[in-house]
Amino acid sequence: MPVTTFTETPCPPVRRVVIDPLSRVEGHGKVTLLLDEHNRVQQARLHIVEFRGFESFIVGRPYWEVPVMVQRLCGICPVSHHLAASKAIDVALGIQAIPRTAEVMRRLMHYGQIMQSHALHFFHLSSPDLLFGFDSNVTQRNIMGVAAAHPDIARQGVLLRKFGQEVIRMTAGKRVHGTGSVPGGVNRHLTHAERDELAAQVPQMLAWCEQAVELVATLHAQNPALYDHFGSFRSNWMSIVRADGAMDLYDGVLRVRDADGRILQDGTNVQDYLGLIEEATEAWTYMKFPYLRALGREGGWYRVGPLARVQNCSHIPSPRAETQRQRFLIRGPVHATLAYHWARMIEMLHAMEVIAELLQDEALLGGALTAPLPLQRPARREGVGVIEAPRGTLFHHYVIGDDDLVSWCNLIVSTTHNNQAMNESVRVVARDYFDGRAVSEGLLNHIEVAIRAYDPCLSCATHALGSMPLQVNLIGADGQLLERVLRHGDGRIERSAA
Amino acid sequence: MNEAERAQRKPRVATVSLAGCFGCHMSLLDIDERLFTLFNLVEFDRSPLTDLKHCGACDFGLVEGGLCNSENVLVLREFRAYCKVLVAVGACAINGGLPAQRNALDVGHILSEIYRARPGLAASGAVPNDPELPLPLAQVHPIHEVVHIDYFLPGCPPSADAIWAFLTALIAGRKPQLDHALIRFD
Repeated sequence: MPVTTFTETPCPPVRRVVIDPLSRVEGHGKVTLLLDEHNRVQQARLHIVEFRGFESFIVGRPYWEVPVMVQRLCGICPVSHHLAASKAIDVALGIQAIPRTAEVMRRLMHYGQIMQSHALHFFHLSSPDLLFGFDSNVTQRNIMGVAAAHPDIARQGVLLRKFGQEVIRMTAGKRVHGTGSVPGGVNRHLTHAERDELAAQVPQMLAWCEQAVELVATLHAQNPALYDHFGSFRSNWMSIVRADGAMDLYDGVLRVRDADGRILQDGTNVQDYLGLIEEATEAWTYMKFPYLRALGREGGWYRVGPLARVQNCSHIPSPRAETQRQRFLIRGPVHATLAYHWARMIEMLHAMEVIAELLQDEALLGGALTAPLPLQRPARREGVGVIEAPRGTLFHHYVIGDDDLVSWCNLIVSTTHNNQAMNESVRVVARDYFDGRAVSEGLLNHIEVAIRAYDPCLSCATHALGSMPLQVNLIGADGQLLERVLRHGDGRIERSAA
Repeated sequence: MNEAERAQRKPRVATVSLAGCFGCHMSLLDIDERLFTLFNLVEFDRSPLTDLKHCGACDFGLVEGGLCNSENVLVLREFRAYCKVLVAVGACAINGGLPAQRNALDVGHILSEIYRARPGLAASGAVPNDPELPLPLAQVHPIHEVVHIDYFLPGCPPSADAIWAFLTALIAGRKPQLDHALIRFD
């Protein structure tokens, strides 16, 4: 098997531990820890190691291709990119409003996406850690293990995801990388048969979504010390909200709260995002570090995604999810990293409630599909499209030249906003669990559990993917290999001295 | 291996996503309830769905994505070494796909454009260059340029039905023959 080793400048005395690759996350990342002679963690980093350069090669493409092209950023949340790009190009073309049919079709597609992605993340990827334990048997700790030990839970997860994917197929044309949204609107209606097929499943799906919230709440109740403290730290929060402050995952204005829940920024037009946010780079990762300009790099970073949205909104505009939100926040602001799972399931319930309501809208079945181009072409064709993707706030920004080709593009994807937070979580977990102990498979998985809670889409963030076998090399201060830890295919840990 | 032994031992399947978008893995999950049948028919080895990070001896390897950096090449060679039958799944593995759009551009120039200076980037922007980061390749390559590939399953992504028809044939020991309707390239 390939062996990757790294050498460090031999001063100060540290050794390096590498976790590579992170698994049961989408995309490719690895973690490095630098330990001093007493095994205390001196530095912990999450590295995003690949790069694709979408922002460069989209330049020169006709604008109408963009909503279809950019879906290839990510196969898990293609709809988010499809819609954020469509919205940005609507603005750039000077289209003030899209027809009602287009609005409800796009919203239905988006909430289907939230549902399938949240179900995938919770059931297929994360539930094994929560149901079996962070250091449980590695051969069982996956969806196959859940299917064997908890067949009802696995079945509900698979069928909830299926429902969300079917919503996408019917609105976008394909489950992955569809074509339903176009500049100015959409290119199809739902048929009566499609609408009826989805509507017939609503009661069952709502019931299963509520059961999923209960499952997470029960897991918390069984071990509050773990769920409240694991990887926990305070941070600011950012998301879009509806103009009145309600949760809206499709459209709205930017809102930021501080760690105590006070609103720092509200009602910011998404077109002005560059005035709100700046990004820094680091030599050791391809993922950038966004922060609020007003507060600077040190104090201005924030978290996005379900835990941010559930707390940032003033209320959820659907009754079952709002009841669950009230219960979730009963003790005030929640900072625990594992609480992302609970918030995510509340959102999945909300998404299902929204889908149920949208399916009653006759505009899905008929009406104008697209808005016409304005008679007067805007002097400068530039637009920003923002959407709450499953993992958080997603920004697409395009400039279109006189030749109808994209002349500039900027993307800030959801996972990038959580870059600082994921690094904080790695540090906190490394500090709390790792210091002074021997490396073990279960210990390594603790770090991955913390990263997994954010549902990182490292493919989106780097615009690329890849993987490596897990091998941890301990390298001494003089650069010599001290010890090698191998995690075998069957989960055995093997140590060998150099 | 006789029939009794074959029945005893489930085929092992490894899957990986290199420079792709995970969409082919999503399409695999899109077989929905048939997943439970699949779980009974095969054992999953290294895969984004498991925590097995090192490929053991496998009967089938499914590779999504092309090659965009040095690490992708190492992982692909590992899959070739450990998998009896290796399958290129989807557009990116077969011809580089959308990531290969960057092949007309200079990778150094792209990195500089994205990390050094653009609106919204702090003044200290620099191209990541840490030894932890594998070197990007000058161009994105399809995987058959580096190792022998036994089957190519096209699509962006291949549909769940195509993946199911393909896998069930392999598992049954048949040469996969997909209907024309299951072969698509979008």
